[in-house]
Amino acid sequence: MASLLKPDSEASLAETVREHFARRKPVRIVGGGTRPVGNPVDVTETLSTGRLSGITLYEPGALTLVAEAGTTLETITDALAEEGQHLPFEPADYCALLGTKGKSTIGGVVAAGVSGPRRVQAGAARDSLIGVRFVSGEGEIIKNGGRVMKNVTGYDLVKLMCGSYGTLGVLTEVSFKLLPRPQATGTVLITGLDDHAAVTVLSRALGSPFDVTGAAHLQKDADGNPVTMIRCEGLPESVKYRTGRLKDLLAPLLPSAAGLSVENVAESNAAIWKQVRDVETFAGRDGAVWRLSVKPSDGPDVVSDISGKLDCEALYDWGGGLVWLLVDAADDEAATVIRAAVDARGGHATLFRCNANGESGTDAFHPEHPRIAAISQNLRRQFDPAGILNPGLMGQSAVQA
Amino acid sequence: MSLVEMPKADGAIISRKAEIVAALQAAIGTDGVIHDPEETLAYECDALTAYRCPPLAVCLPRTTQEVSAILRICSDMGLPVIPRGAGTSLAGGALPTADSIVIGVARLNQVLEADYGNRFVRVQAGITNLAVSGNVAGEGFFYAPDPSSQLACAISGNIAMNSGGAHCLKYGVTTNNLLGVTMVMMDGEVIEIGGTHLDPAGLDLLGVICGSEGQFGMVTEAVLKILPKPEGARPILLGFNANEVAGTCVADIIKSGVLPVAMEFMDKPAIIACENFAHAGYPTDVEALLIVEVEGSEAEIAEQLEKIKAIAARHDPEVMRESNSAVQSDLIWKGRKAAFGAMGQMADYLCMDGTIPTSRLPEVLKRMQEMSVDYGLRVANVFHAGDGNLHPLILFDANKPGDLEKCEAFGADILKLCVEVGGCLTGEHGVGVEKRDLMVHQYNEADLEIQMRVKDVFDPKWLLNPAKVFPMEASHSRRHGNRQEAA
Ligand SMILES: Cc1cc2nc3c(=O)[nH]c(=O)nc-3n(C[C@H](O)[C@H](O)[C@H](O)COP(=O)(O)OP(=O)(O)OC[C@H]3O[C@@H](n4cnc5c(N)ncnc54)[C@H](O)[C@@H]3O)c2cc1C
Repeated sequence: MASLLKPDSEASLAETVREHFARRKPVRIVGGGTRPVGNPVDVTETLSTGRLSGITLYEPGALTLVAEAGTTLETITDALAEEGQHLPFEPADYCALLGTKGKSTIGGVVAAGVSGPRRVQAGAARDSLIGVRFVSGEGEIIKNGGRVMKNVTGYDLVKLMCGSYGTLGVLTEVSFKLLPRPQATGTVLITGLDDHAAVTVLSRALGSPFDVTGAAHLQKDADGNPVTMIRCEGLPESVKYRTGRLKDLLAPLLPSAAGLSVENVAESNAAIWKQVRDVETFAGRDGAVWRLSVKPSDGPDVVSDISGKLDCEALYDWGGGLVWLLVDAADDEAATVIRAAVDARGGHATLFRCNANGESGTDAFHPEHPRIAAISQNLRRQFDPAGILNPGLMGQSAVQA
Repeated sequence: MSLVEMPKADGAIISRKAEIVAALQAAIGTDGVIHDPEETLAYECDALTAYRCPPLAVCLPRTTQEVSAILRICSDMGLPVIPRGAGTSLAGGALPTADSIVIGVARLNQVLEADYGNRFVRVQAGITNLAVSGNVAGEGFFYAPDPSSQLACAISGNIAMNSGGAHCLKYGVTTNNLLGVTMVMMDGEVIEIGGTHLDPAGLDLLGVICGSEGQFGMVTEAVLKILPKPEGARPILLGFNANEVAGTCVADIIKSGVLPVAMEFMDKPAIIACENFAHAGYPTDVEALLIVEVEGSEAEIAEQLEKIKAIAARHDPEVMRESNSAVQSDLIWKGRKAAFGAMGQMADYLCMDGTIPTSRLPEVLKRMQEMSVDYGLRVANVFHAGDGNLHPLILFDANKPGDLEKCEAFGADILKLCVEVGGCLTGEHGVGVEKRDLMVHQYNEADLEIQMRVKDVFDPKWLLNPAKVFPMEASHSRRHGNRQEAA
């Protein structure tokens, strides 16, 4: 019988985990249930952090926020917007891409380590995260880091917890370093570039002093044409100045057929970058979605290797370092082709979804070097000795009864 | 008696010195091993000079393979290993024991690859922090974390301590600028974590290696993010007649949406000491001084400084002096950067490094002054105001019996105060031996146990920098049991 456990406090959540530990009974951990990413977790009991909800502390003058793990991302984004601040790493909303409903929780964002386009300038979720509280696989309540943005007291388990998909512990509270929300945004738009030319242009922009906060390339926009996007954010005059300078800098690099313009309208900018952030172009379309993390200049080579063998379409973010790939086939052969292309150069590929219904596949994560895999496996065993937390999700071996 | 104790050296190891030295020499050559007691003396301490102990021997390998060979020997023989960068740790992170082998990275100091299109450099870990920026400056790039010790400190030390700098409000600290490491495990296996891509494939091991204080493995190479230099930067000097006012001004600047790259705070004792030492032109009749720096083009700098001046004006500053030239900017920074030197000239000092929520600043400074009176020791404060990282410098006289102990007790009280108001024991210097036994004030047993379990994974025999970070009592069974097992 499938059942859903929804403890309403950290203490009762810990109690629940302790009972499961005693009985060696595995659980699937969910926040908002919006991210079925990773290998399928084959268990009957689900543990939700949904009722651990609320902002514990928000000090705009200190750029700090602490919230319970089940607080929705929306609640947090709204509270921050009121003070003109935001989470710097631009967390994505993959509901449309994954075909899921519901609301992302902040704990889920952290557990999945989700970062948007601004990662190239402001860092990833792990860079904004400054403290965690979590319940280990033995039901111990553990804290690490805190609410101050500079802290090297003991090991940095904060980073380790971020992106661990609930396999090391159940997050109960997370703390962030915030930044002022930019007052203005401008985007340099270039049309008609092939992938290699686009990534060269993005590199040039990111290597300029004009503080680029987004650098993406879409092989096919709504009209089927390639578009390259470079974002600046900040005080209005400064944005105007920097997008202007970027235009001058990049113009000589472009073929004559390319289009070059600057978008200054706030709503249009918001739409452009939401589309990149949430990978909207692939939402609702048939096929598997892969997420490749590579050296930026390798992005186009990896994609051209793959497209020689498989039908695929790419969206490049992070200046080329993050490649979203929509691939026709979801079989093992496709996985072999994609992973081989990545392995030839370094980096890794994650199967983000199997099909338009958002089903996850097996072996979602890239195989790791044996010693690194052993270290990760041993860490999980230390945090979760009975292997009861999201068993198998990251490819780790299942429960040892 | 001083507060910090080190474990008793293992006599059995010391008695095997000749055999150990021979094995190390066979592995990396005689010129790579220092064992003459007169020469090992140079490695007896780091910048926490109150504690000294020469190691059994020092190895200075030239390659990752040599590091691997050394570690295999140490692992087989059960010898404690102390990784060492440049020895500028203020926490005693590189302090040896008499039975330990120091492995220094001084000879691993090359840039291996600079890739400006992808914005990274691959370096050997013994290169100094400043040399990294120096190497890429010609192409208009820099390495962002800038500890005051950057002329001397090594990248490996920065990684071990997750070091910060004055500009981390905008650019982050070491961990935010580190893409990958090559690390030799205690058993000699060489692994690469991270690389030239941005995200980890699985668990974020790089994230937990950074800041692990040399307890997980010897880092021999690193891939570092480099950033394009801004078009320009300019500081403004703001003087206030009360710490509280300066503190409120900092919060107001942050809330306004301007993001300065640095906001440095100095209290009156620090201002006077720095001014006397560096002649930076600081006003000596104010209670608190802020250095706020912004970056960008001329117009962008002007736009930001106008906003900052408007905010500052609401707090009745005694002094508001914008730099008008590179020379003036350098002078403004010169005073701040000379702070440690200035203190060193006046007296011996201990540099503390707690962090507090910035909102608690005035209260903490006030209580620190009260403690200063109680202990009868002077304290000066320079710190990174944007992020709440305090550097109280406690002045004492090393020749006066009992003064160091009093100073340490005062320091411990300050750090406990930091924790009490919601902050932490160390913002950038690390725990080392200095704050090891204070860890129980910030973390409970379960918090510490899980951290020690992480070390168990990387270094099951607890041979790497074993007597650091954790309270001696807490780590006792692990160090003890494993030493026995290895023998
Ligand atoms: C005047 C002065 C100013 C300072 N200012 C700052 C500042 O602004 N910000 C700041 O953060 N710190 C500052 N520090 C502290 C210090 O400089 C940093 O902690 C620095 O990172 C230490 O680097 P190091 O190369 O000297 O390391 P060391 O002192 O040699 O070692 C530090 C730690 O790193 C470990 N380690 C060294 N090399 C390796 C390796 N290859 N593999 C694994 N572990 C290794 C050691 O075991 C030790 O635990 C300052 C120090 C001084 C003396």
